[in-house]
Amino acid sequence: MSTEVPELVETAESVGDAPRRRRRTRNAAHSILAHNEPMVWLTGAGLVICLVMVLSLLLLVVSKGSATFWPSALVQVTTVNGKTHLGEVTRESTFMLSFQSLGGMEDASREQATKILHPLYRQRVVDLVEADRLQSYLEGLLENTKAAIRISVAQNPTVRDATASERHALLEAVDSAMETESERLTTATARAVEATLADESGDELQALREQYRQTQADWRALSDVAAMQAEFTPELLESIWGAQLLSLLSYEIQYPMDRRLIRTGNFELTGEHFNWVSDFEVVDDGETKPDWAVLFERLSWGRFYGIPQSLTADGEVVATGPEEVWTSFQKYHPEARDRWHQRRRLEIVDIGRINHALEAARLALKDVELAHGRDSSQWQAANDKFTQDKEVLDAEFDQIRKEIQRIDAENEKFQVLVKTSDGQETSLQLAEIVRAFPANQLSTVERIGVYFSRWREFLLDDPREANSEGGVFPAIWGTVVMTMLMSIAVVPFGVLAALYLREYAKAGLMVSTVRIAVNNLAGVPSIVFGVFGLGFFCYIVGANIDQLLFSAKLPTATFGTGGLMWASLTLALLTLPVVIVATEEALAAVPRSMREGSLACGASKWQTIRRIVLPRAMPGIMTGMILAMARGAGEVAPLMLVGAVKLAPELPLDGSFPFIHLERSFMHLGFHIFDLGFQSQNSEAAQPMVFTTTLLLIALIALMNVMAIMLRSRLRKKFDAGH
Amino acid sequence: MSYQQAVASNAAVVPRGSEHKSVHNSRLQEIAAGKSFEPVIHEAVARQEAILEIDNFNLWYGTTQALFDLNFKISESQVTAIIGPSGCGKSTLLRCVNRMNDLIDSVRITGDMRLNGDTIFSPSVDVIELRKRMGMVFQKPNPFPMSIFENVVYPLRIDGERNRDVLNEVCEHSLRSAALWDEVKDRLNESGLSLSGGQQQRLCIARAIASDPEVLLLDEPCSALDPIATGKIEDLIQKLKGEYSILIVTHNMQQASRISDFTALMYLGRLIEYGPTVEIFTNPQLPETEDYVTGRFG
Repeated sequence: MSTEVPELVETAESVGDAPRRRRRTRNAAHSILAHNEPMVWLTGAGLVICLVMVLSLLLLVVSKGSATFWPSALVQVTTVNGKTHLGEVTRESTFMLSFQSLGGMEDASREQATKILHPLYRQRVVDLVEADRLQSYLEGLLENTKAAIRISVAQNPTVRDATASERHALLEAVDSAMETESERLTTATARAVEATLADESGDELQALREQYRQTQADWRALSDVAAMQAEFTPELLESIWGAQLLSLLSYEIQYPMDRRLIRTGNFELTGEHFNWVSDFEVVDDGETKPDWAVLFERLSWGRFYGIPQSLTADGEVVATGPEEVWTSFQKYHPEARDRWHQRRRLEIVDIGRINHALEAARLALKDVELAHGRDSSQWQAANDKFTQDKEVLDAEFDQIRKEIQRIDAENEKFQVLVKTSDGQETSLQLAEIVRAFPANQLSTVERIGVYFSRWREFLLDDPREANSEGGVFPAIWGTVVMTMLMSIAVVPFGVLAALYLREYAKAGLMVSTVRIAVNNLAGVPSIVFGVFGLGFFCYIVGANIDQLLFSAKLPTATFGTGGLMWASLTLALLTLPVVIVATEEALAAVPRSMREGSLACGASKWQTIRRIVLPRAMPGIMTGMILAMARGAGEVAPLMLVGAVKLAPELPLDGSFPFIHLERSFMHLGFHIFDLGFQSQNSEAAQPMVFTTTLLLIALIALMNVMAIMLRSRLRKKFDAGH
Repeated sequence: MSYQQAVASNAAVVPRGSEHKSVHNSRLQEIAAGKSFEPVIHEAVARQEAILEIDNFNLWYGTTQALFDLNFKISESQVTAIIGPSGCGKSTLLRCVNRMNDLIDSVRITGDMRLNGDTIFSPSVDVIELRKRMGMVFQKPNPFPMSIFENVVYPLRIDGERNRDVLNEVCEHSLRSAALWDEVKDRLNESGLSLSGGQQQRLCIARAIASDPEVLLLDEPCSALDPIATGKIEDLIQKLKGEYSILIVTHNMQQASRISDFTALMYLGRLIEYGPTVEIFTNPQLPETEDYVTGRFG
């Protein structure tokens, strides 16, 4: 546009038309204003909003998720209450310190807080006096004070439990006392204000508050309404009056105060994983970073923070003093971990194998019993065999148990004695420690080492501590296997359905109805599919399979409960419309001329579809599969009903025959996030893991999509060369 | 364009050119009004050996009749061109020969065609076998999304031919026949879609002759090509003439006059005049034909 306008001007001049107002020319610099194209701004703004939302989501997840495993410094803070906390600062926040928040504090903290708040309060009263607004302000407050006293009286437990008439009488008495004593109360008000102005340190106010609290307590202790009525003297009223007035005056006084949440661990000693420490509570020079504070990540009871005192190896103390202990810890810890791994292998692999064999033998016996009855000779023979097998297996089992006991006894001999920040000493077994490091002494390289070692554990290990620590490998595995099975189930069905709709069915009311129904299926809430999966797959199909094939195991359900197969099929159903719609579009995009060319060569309809239409539509079908996978991998709600569990003891795909165990329940990253975020007992510790797991889920879905997209682009290259 | 629209547009076109010389449009108007018309078929045609016979052929799209009572023969080993204004049914007729009209649900026909004496429009006919006896080339080049080699041997592939030697031989022979061999012999494994438009169309011809058809049906094969590619295709048609019987539908009257031995003029679903190309273009028996070939209507 900007290039055309100057030309117009020239033409007008060269033709020599009647004098015309010279048109304003626009140069490129103005084009940003998008003359005559206001929709550029609207549409552009829409795009920007979308981008900002997507990017900020990613930024949040990536920043929070990747920071979780960074080893932060250990701080030790001593508070005015005489407590010492040692641990990691997990987050900081600002809260409003006010007179209302003093109630829950310990004495020393309250004193400290009062020192901060009282000058503010006093300053406020001074300001009101100087602005000559105190009188009008107080008049407003008087009414509020009366109401507050009435409420306070009415809410007294004794009064509440009294009969209506007694309560009424008492409230009448309170009202009339306030009416008759109003002169005296005005004086009391003035006195309270004067006291405030005179009171530099807040001590007197503190005393007044104390007195009020005492009076209230005494008065509340009276169990008899009649006695209360007798006690409600002008003196009591004055005391309550002054305190109520003060609290109303101080009601809006707030002071922003920083506080930190410190992960202090040592749960078995303190009963707390975390402690809030406000800045004003910390004594002067009360914050240090002890050199030899060591963070122990353990298998149970959460983290332990302390200073190592001595190390026992083979039952003898081999090191004392933190530095020496740390050196020998590094020496003995790998061995102890090896022993622990060995013990775990025995527990899971060997005992698992024996249990499976025992279960198989029991099922074989049960099969015979169901077939021939208990009195038959076959059952006798089978039972004898079972008893024999059981004896062998039991003997084996005892042997393994002895081995485990031996390892346990060995592990007992390797302990580290740790002193906590508040002086208690505890022994920790080396085998129980996953990872330990003196956080304040680590170099950057060592920190990175710890960071990646934690990631490695996260990606490759089993969870521990109710999922809030350790790894998510079973969840990754479950998600991948489930998504793959879902794709295997959904793509053939979806493609076949779309082929029928697009290639074979005669266009008509029936086909349009089916098409609309399929499209609507995509809009059905996913939990509905979960309910269907539970009701149909688990309870009907699964229960029948159990009756037919696994009757010996009943009443324990095999397929009659949630499991990998039902979850995959449920999600396949959920994502079916996506595949059908995408495939139909891909089929429709295959040029008619190609079909005709193939048919004219004498190809049958199916040959045309198989050799021409499907290869050509394959990229579009792959797009459908990618969309289905992305949707299926991220879906959580239906999985909660059909097989995803908090903790699955066995992987759905492993080395034992038949390798893929379709009946097993499985862990899923999406469900894991839900579980961490909402079901965790230690929610503060789980919260960072929510973000890390989310990051992982996003990365996993992105990875699967990238692989599918690469596959698709290879197909596309094959068919789209040239024109 | 629907048939009815075509009729309307043709009716509107008829008066054009009346300034120069009065068009012999009374018969054309009669045809447009639905009156039957006795076509002129030159004797020279009747003397020829016929490969395809069309008997009393009528065709309806739904309730609208598109082809009216066609009765003529296509000569063996010759090039026969069908010309006529848009919507006159020439493509429809061509597509009926290998029963591509089956793909359209609303089509209904009466009458029959016979390929070398074998009926085409009988319910007992195996359409797939029938189509294998003919090769068809479409208006726009439509190579398949596969390699050049696979494109050419496609008709054999669907017959289940796996012998590599046979496939190689057919591929080379077809490409040579289609005058494409020298251009693509070094890149047979590249995608057929990587060729230029003219090459793609010759590839389609190679594919059409790979199964050694009895008739080659060409549906305006040059309409999407530039003049040079058109020239190559025309040369190719000349070269294939002795070997195959060729039925070509074309819009381009010069093309028909250059390449065909016989020409049929159709108008609104009826045959008007059919005879040797030289006769049709230089000495037509009907004034309407002369009007059309000299460009006074159509």
